Amino acid sequence: MSIRVRVNGVEQELDVDPEMPLLWALRDVLGLTGTKYGCGQALCGACSVHLDGQVVRACVTPIRRADGREVTTIEGLSPDGGHPLQRAWVELGVPQCGFCQSGQLMCAAALLAKKPQPTDADIDQSLAGNLCRCGTYTRIRAAVKKAAGVPDSK
Amino acid sequence: MIRALPVLASVVLLAGAGGCRRQPDSDAARWESLPPVDARDLRPLDVFQRIEDPAQRSRALFLETSRVYLHPRCSNCHPDGDSPYQDSGETLHNPPVTRGPEDKGVVGMECTGCHQEKNLELARVPGAPNWHVAPRSMAWVGKSPRELCEQLKDPERNGGKTLAQLVEHNAHDALVGWGWAPGSGRQPAPGTQAQFGALVAAWVATGAQCPSEEARP
Repeated sequence: MSIRVRVNGVEQELDVDPEMPLLWALRDVLGLTGTKYGCGQALCGACSVHLDGQVVRACVTPIRRADGREVTTIEGLSPDGGHPLQRAWVELGVPQCGFCQSGQLMCAAALLAKKPQPTDADIDQSLAGNLCRCGTYTRIRAAVKKAAGVPDSK
Repeated sequence: MIRALPVLASVVLLAGAGGCRRQPDSDAARWESLPPVDARDLRPLDVFQRIEDPAQRSRALFLETSRVYLHPRCSNCHPDGDSPYQDSGETLHNPPVTRGPEDKGVVGMECTGCHQEKNLELARVPGAPNWHVAPRSMAWVGKSPRELCEQLKDPERNGGKTLAQLVEHNAHDALVGWGWAPGSGRQPAPGTQAQFGALVAAWVATGAQCPSEEARP
């Protein structure tokens, strides 16, 4: 089955099994390896991407669901790594091992698109499904607030 | 130890007095006259015909349907707080999700970010069309069958439904139907959706009576 999907602004036509997880299509077919495989069960958030602006876990999203729609991955978040979140991430040295960070960034970007001035509770709720085994949560929250221009009192 | 003695004495006194145990009421007696049923099944509609009084039959029918309403496959997503439950209803949904403004999650953690329109067997993620959590007004975790019955008849607390719409919803809604096909080894709700719909319809047809507060299926 042919799937037509716009990935990071580029039209793609994929001849794949419609049940193939979107994550497989992104990584193995299109070579976009910035999105990570973590648990394969939508439990860790490492594979978070945007489908028409909504965060989905690519590991459990059949590619057929993306047919005719727009997918944005970490590679497409900004043309040059200059998204305010990416700049804040660098300035605060957020990542440790970095494996979860593309998922964290994609979730945080969706949050700021909908709530430009999030509270701590907003950040915690929206990122609650993105696990970081290095425990960088406090830096993640600080970077989201920095990107949003919200003072971080801690 | 000395401080615990008065408490212990009170417990002994209460136990000796028979506590607050109530005698079975007439609804319970009617209920007990019905044939036993496996926990996985619903009693067929015709066995309720042996209860001659329509009001008592209606109450018995509701108690039978309460076994579905209050089954974890159904009640887990009618939670008493902002997060649904999972498994047998004793643990909160993992990952930790909150209902959000429209009962479909919050940005970044929308229900449909993970749940598809059907079950995913390999990933074990359950799915059905319109996956969402019931509004707070429709919470029924922790309710008695009677409390639930009164709630289901109240449009303010049943999603604005007439009784006819309630029957239709229970009998045919795809998300309700997921309760009997939850996949991945999850225990389904008892019986079938068709049986459940027929029991709810019979309950409505007999006057939608509510059982006594003490009655349990």
